[in-house]
Amino acid sequence: MLGWMHIAVPPAPALFGQLLIGLINGAFYAMLSLGLAVIFGLLNIINFAHGAQYMLGAFCAYLILNYIGIGYWPSLLVAPIVVGIFGMLLERFFIRWVYRLDHLYGLLLTFGMALIIQGVFRQYYGSAGQPYSIPEPLTGGQDLGFMFLPNYRAWVIVASSVFCFGTWFVIERTRLGAYLRAATENPALVQAFGINVPRMVTLTYGFGVALAALAGVLAAPIYQVSPLMGSNLIIVVFAVVVIGGMGSILGAIVGGFALGIIEGLTKVFYPEASSTVIFVIMAVVLLVKPAGLFGRTA
Amino acid sequence: MKRRSLLAAGFAAALAFAATAQGAQAANDKVVIGVMNDMSSVYSYLGGMGSVVAARMAVKDFGGKVLGKPIEVIYADHQNKPDVGAAIAQKWFDQDGVDAIVDLPTSSVAIAVQQVAKQRGKVTLISNGGSSELTGKYCSPTGVHWTYDTYALAHVTGKAIVQQGGKKWFFITADYAFGHQLQDDTAAVVKASGGTVVGSVNVPLNNADFSSFLLQAQQSKAQVIGLANAGGDTVNSIKQAAEFGIVKGGQRLAGLLVFIADVNALGLQTAQGLMLTEAYYWDQNAQTRAFAKRFEAEFNGKVPTSGQAGVYGAVLDYLKAMQAAKTEDGVKVVTEMRKMPINDFMTHNGHIRIDGRVIRDMYLFQVKSPQESKYPYDYYKQLAVIPGDQAFRPLSESECPLVKH
Amino acid sequence: MNETATVRTVRRLILFAVALVAPFVFYPIFLMKAVCFALFAAAFNLLIGFAGLLSFGHAAFFGSASYVTAYAAKAWGFSPLLAILTGTAVAGVMGVVFGWLAIRRKGIYFAMVTLALSQMVYFYALESKYTGGEDGIQAVPLRDVFGLIDLNRPLTMYYFVLAVCLLGFGIIYRAIHSPFGEVLRAIRDNEPRAISLGYRTERYKLLAFTLSATLAGLAGATKALVFQLASLTDVTWQMSGDVVLMTLIGGLGTIWGPVVGAFISITMENYLAELGSWVTVIQGTIFVICVLVFRRGVVGEIVQFVNRRQRQPRLAEEPRTL
Repeated sequence: MLGWMHIAVPPAPALFGQLLIGLINGAFYAMLSLGLAVIFGLLNIINFAHGAQYMLGAFCAYLILNYIGIGYWPSLLVAPIVVGIFGMLLERFFIRWVYRLDHLYGLLLTFGMALIIQGVFRQYYGSAGQPYSIPEPLTGGQDLGFMFLPNYRAWVIVASSVFCFGTWFVIERTRLGAYLRAATENPALVQAFGINVPRMVTLTYGFGVALAALAGVLAAPIYQVSPLMGSNLIIVVFAVVVIGGMGSILGAIVGGFALGIIEGLTKVFYPEASSTVIFVIMAVVLLVKPAGLFGRTA
Repeated sequence: MKRRSLLAAGFAAALAFAATAQGAQAANDKVVIGVMNDMSSVYSYLGGMGSVVAARMAVKDFGGKVLGKPIEVIYADHQNKPDVGAAIAQKWFDQDGVDAIVDLPTSSVAIAVQQVAKQRGKVTLISNGGSSELTGKYCSPTGVHWTYDTYALAHVTGKAIVQQGGKKWFFITADYAFGHQLQDDTAAVVKASGGTVVGSVNVPLNNADFSSFLLQAQQSKAQVIGLANAGGDTVNSIKQAAEFGIVKGGQRLAGLLVFIADVNALGLQTAQGLMLTEAYYWDQNAQTRAFAKRFEAEFNGKVPTSGQAGVYGAVLDYLKAMQAAKTEDGVKVVTEMRKMPINDFMTHNGHIRIDGRVIRDMYLFQVKSPQESKYPYDYYKQLAVIPGDQAFRPLSESECPLVKH
Repeated sequence: MNETATVRTVRRLILFAVALVAPFVFYPIFLMKAVCFALFAAAFNLLIGFAGLLSFGHAAFFGSASYVTAYAAKAWGFSPLLAILTGTAVAGVMGVVFGWLAIRRKGIYFAMVTLALSQMVYFYALESKYTGGEDGIQAVPLRDVFGLIDLNRPLTMYYFVLAVCLLGFGIIYRAIHSPFGEVLRAIRDNEPRAISLGYRTERYKLLAFTLSATLAGLAGATKALVFQLASLTDVTWQMSGDVVLMTLIGGLGTIWGPVVGAFISITMENYLAELGSWVTVIQGTIFVICVLVFRRGVVGEIVQFVNRRQRQPRLAEEPRTL
């Protein structure tokens, strides 16, 4: 409680380091909340299984490394595809049946799925986590003067920025994205234009899930690869999405990076609060701007 | 409408029957040992079904019978919920004729179950539960804390590392009672042994990213970074310390609550150089290896954790004491246990104190590098043996009401 | 079509009699736990079933009340009734604050806001020095009620718990069958229309939220005394998920659904404990099955079945909105 009492203001270079680290964590938030926002924006489903799918991505990388010998780089492609297809099957056989119902059933359904997926993995792999090493070319790091930046972290920032921007571009600036956005407004009309809306929805869900899996692969060398790795993260990501504005692609990306930085700074000045700061911000945002910072409708 | 109400009432009644139908009072024609632990969640890797296997091995080695009665081992998953654990314990004692409950990881559950057992004069043999409060504030005349406790791990690691020259410490501490306790216990011994604490940072539980805190530790110029956390938090902090070149930069990591399964999860490449304390490591000597070999044969080739090995030792000792005391009465059996010195494959001249604490030697290990490791699970090299009377909290500092000051 | 008052009274008497003799047939500790969770689920159902608001953070009220009660009884030596009142009151105050924040949003947003707020409570409970961290508050002493009734006897404790929880059920029942309950249902089914009819819907929702939080707190407070402990389990988001599951199994928006659901869930927890594993997988599977094919829940399906047998035109309404 007396955390404020022993704050020592760190020297400016150290602060720089902390900002950079915050940005790296923000990159994970951004990728995960982006997937959630895409799925919510187009399917109106709040995907509670997102954390489990992130875990699946990491596990997929671990499994194909240990059983087939496929390393990190191919995993970046293979894991999202495998997990994305799994997601599409879920959508096709389960989630599809709740579209007509209240949105909350989607939340409950995916919550149940998350429990099943995590439970099965815990059954077979325990909860102690599995080792996954940093790929050879990215080990080591650079001494930036103000901090030691591991190469792998630098790669995470670059990679996730590219993926986030790419997704935003496809949805907001291309014809395909326009169809997607139109389909959420008026599926019947888009169908009338000869576009197979159910298939598009399936593919969209698969894409959102693949994004989560990709984040999982990126995370595997940094965090513990364990069945529960996504279960706490998902709640933070929910808060990020609420702050950014549900369904807003830009809000998810900007919100993710910004909150990563804010959280990083909290870790320096008042570490005890670093896991609650995002929820406090969320409460404030809801009071001031209930639709979220980038939300389109109230 | 009447039918509907009757149906509903009948259904509710039937359901309740199915739910909790009270069995007949168990006849006292056998001795029952209940293994209660986490079988499906975060701590399952420490005990889980492996503890059941260990308990059954002990029963088999004892001969399967005590006081002329057959011995039965049953088990349950407390799901890390104290109310679930307490309810199972009450049912076990009152209806199923259970005489002792063993293992009990997760301190909230262990304390709750020990309270239930205490009220009934039944025995708890705690192996994987770590809280030193089990023999402190919440101690019980029928409770035995067998394998380790958090105080000993912190104390031994702190003392041994200072003696080896690691004098300046920085703590990364999980921000809850457990983490603070670990830090305080370690800091006390570090200072008493001539070291200093240059800083610490409190980290919320289940925080996945430790880089910010590791950076603070790095800038503190400490020689040793003490990890006053557990489980996933410890694994993540060690993993990221390797990434940020902490160990390569000359700082040492001290795990205050790390087990062999955590090292396995990290891989030697990442975990190498880490110093930690355990009560048992499978590859210490011929006896420990012999036990591990038997255990592996029974349990899918997995080496026993110290907690599982402790379950074996505790059950065997309990049965021997029961034989000697010629009664199943919990208080009398535990009194008998206190009289007998403990000697088994992992314990040498151990004994049980009045507060229930088993005094045993503890071992400081260092994790090998991948080059040093020659065969599967060849993970540790032993650096020091700390005699039991120096490892555990002295009775003079105990809050246990059974200890007369 | 309408049930006569006699039938209703008879049914209530039967159930009451069952509740009274139950501890002689069943193991009291499980009954007490189930009764507490039944009240918790019923309080939760008041919000989702009758006001259409899905809270994913009800563990915050349940768990906080449990902590406050345990602390009051242990550290301040409060008598059981006073301790329960204190815990319940704290949950009620939290309900006002959380509700005030959360009712600004609807549907999924509402669920996520409550989830996030309850996470803050979880972290507070974890880090605070009053809660005993992961050890929890243990060995809570039970003083006599009114200096007369000794709660350390399981049977006495059972009747005490039953009385407290029946009081809670009574309040819920009255609330649902009052004009207040009618307005809530109107808001659930069509909020704009309720507004156009001149109702200040926000106030009704806040009142419902507070009432629900208070009664969830009552359940948590009682449970703390039953087990003589309070621990982190009761403030985790998994606990919030558990109560959703109980209500869903029993039947959202039915009077008896949460009670039946709680009994099923506690039974399951009990049996799964002895199976050793697969707990979460089975819970998840039940979630999925309930959502996909079994949305009316056990009680809803029974009502539907009986109505159909009697060829009555009225069918149990499938809840389209929650």
